Amino acid sequence: MTLLDVENLWVKFPSRHGAFDAVRGVSFTLGRERLGIVGESGSGKSMTGRAILRLIRPPGIVEADQISLEGRDLMKLSERDMREVRGQQISMVMQDPKFSLNPVMTIGDQIIEAYRLHNSTSKSKAYAKSIEMLEAVSIRGPERVMRAYPHEMSGGMGQRIMIAMMLIPNPQILIADEPTSALDVSVQRQVLSIMDKLVTDRGMGLIFISHDLNLVADFCDRVLIMYAGRIVEVCDADKLHEATHPYTRGLLNSLPRLDAPIDRLEVLKRDPAWSQTPSVSGRI
Amino acid sequence: MTMLSVENLNVWFGEGCDRVDAVIGATFAVEPGDSFGLVGESGSGKSTILRAVLGLVPDWSGKITVADKVLGKTREKSFYKTVQMVFQDPYASLHPRHSVDQVLGETLYLHGFRDIDTRVVKLLDDVGLGGKFRFRYPHQLSGGQRQRVAIARALAAEPEILLLDEPTSALDVSVQAEILNLLADLRTEHGLTYVMVSHDLSVVGHMCDRLAVMKDGEIVEVMNVDALRQSKAKHPYSQDLLRASV
Repeated sequence: MTLLDVENLWVKFPSRHGAFDAVRGVSFTLGRERLGIVGESGSGKSMTGRAILRLIRPPGIVEADQISLEGRDLMKLSERDMREVRGQQISMVMQDPKFSLNPVMTIGDQIIEAYRLHNSTSKSKAYAKSIEMLEAVSIRGPERVMRAYPHEMSGGMGQRIMIAMMLIPNPQILIADEPTSALDVSVQRQVLSIMDKLVTDRGMGLIFISHDLNLVADFCDRVLIMYAGRIVEVCDADKLHEATHPYTRGLLNSLPRLDAPIDRLEVLKRDPAWSQTPSVSGRI
Repeated sequence: MTMLSVENLNVWFGEGCDRVDAVIGATFAVEPGDSFGLVGESGSGKSTILRAVLGLVPDWSGKITVADKVLGKTREKSFYKTVQMVFQDPYASLHPRHSVDQVLGETLYLHGFRDIDTRVVKLLDDVGLGGKFRFRYPHQLSGGQRQRVAIARALAAEPEILLLDEPTSALDVSVQAEILNLLADLRTEHGLTYVMVSHDLSVVGHMCDRLAVMKDGEIVEVMNVDALRQSKAKHPYSQDLLRASV
């Protein structure tokens, strides 16, 4: 079943030297699955995520034939209706918890606010619900954490709190923009398994944006590989290591490996033709 | 002769009940021309060891020797001709209003060189940037190019030891490969000794010959990369770390 259908999405930024196209004609669909988007910085993967939520502000321009969420075209919604969609139907976990939590509000207040914005319940019910959610992301001593401020939390805890806050309105789609890049390897796995469990339990759709190919190969069901604002290849995550596009191969080969030592790492040789060829469609 | 040795190093911050012991009893030695890795999660004190060697932390005890000279509380000017550091974030470690030429020129001047013009060109060639980058500002460079400038700045003093604090963690995988290759080439060309901090075991496995695993300020295990590759880590924490990275 298709939750989200994106067709021919463009993101443009006007500049002195003409418009700069950050995303150029990207199409894909998302069902109840984990969809990975990978690429280098500047390939337009974050912009794709933000454009879906219409978070790109002027002078940036978003154009698309359609971005439909269960038949409703998000491009045609008013700003007011869009606010209803954000959080409640689609929510987003940003890269660094340090910059996305409010530093002068306790964590409890922030989670309760996120919940009550979309559900009209009493404060005590919202409190109970928040504690439950913090437990779901395996935070020990949730009562203490509710009273704490973001600077008292470690990076891994902060990111789990962000996930709790984003999932409490029970959205249908979660967009995770490099949710684990700011974390250590050991904490990374923990955060991912929590996210994975919540997403499968609730039957949500997940868009997982990352530059880490191995992580995406392990964690997702389907992968879109982006280069210069376009999708160059779409493949199943478990077949990522058999990818055929030279760009994907180059990225895979440039990773050092513990089990297969080599003297020199392969350096990616960019072919101008990659950015010319039209985008591959990620629609099913 | 050992190039760098650290014996029973303790580093702490704050006093009284605020005291935090960042490094506890760290001991390791690096031979000339070797490449030594420090791995561990954030907060385990791996960067603090590098900063202690460089003299950037106020309170430490223990014994640090560089090229058989014992270091005191203050560092002499000649020390910085032997040891230089490349920092983690190339976006934060370059002055935004200084051009590449100014950054390298000033460094060279402070180290007492007077043939600055030819040296700047040579440094840029060494790190694979070339002359056209000489008069650019940091915002006109990509992350990988900035890290190359930071490496050139560290090389300006013609050091023997390079301390690398997560040199590629802010970069993309494709750019990471370029920088790691560059560092490997520079090491053979200039006969450098590396001490590299990273949380990525596969990067350390690629670059280093020996490594130390750190947890909560203590070195829990020192081992060869071969032992790491064959999963022969002894300490349970290093085994965990290894499992998480394969």
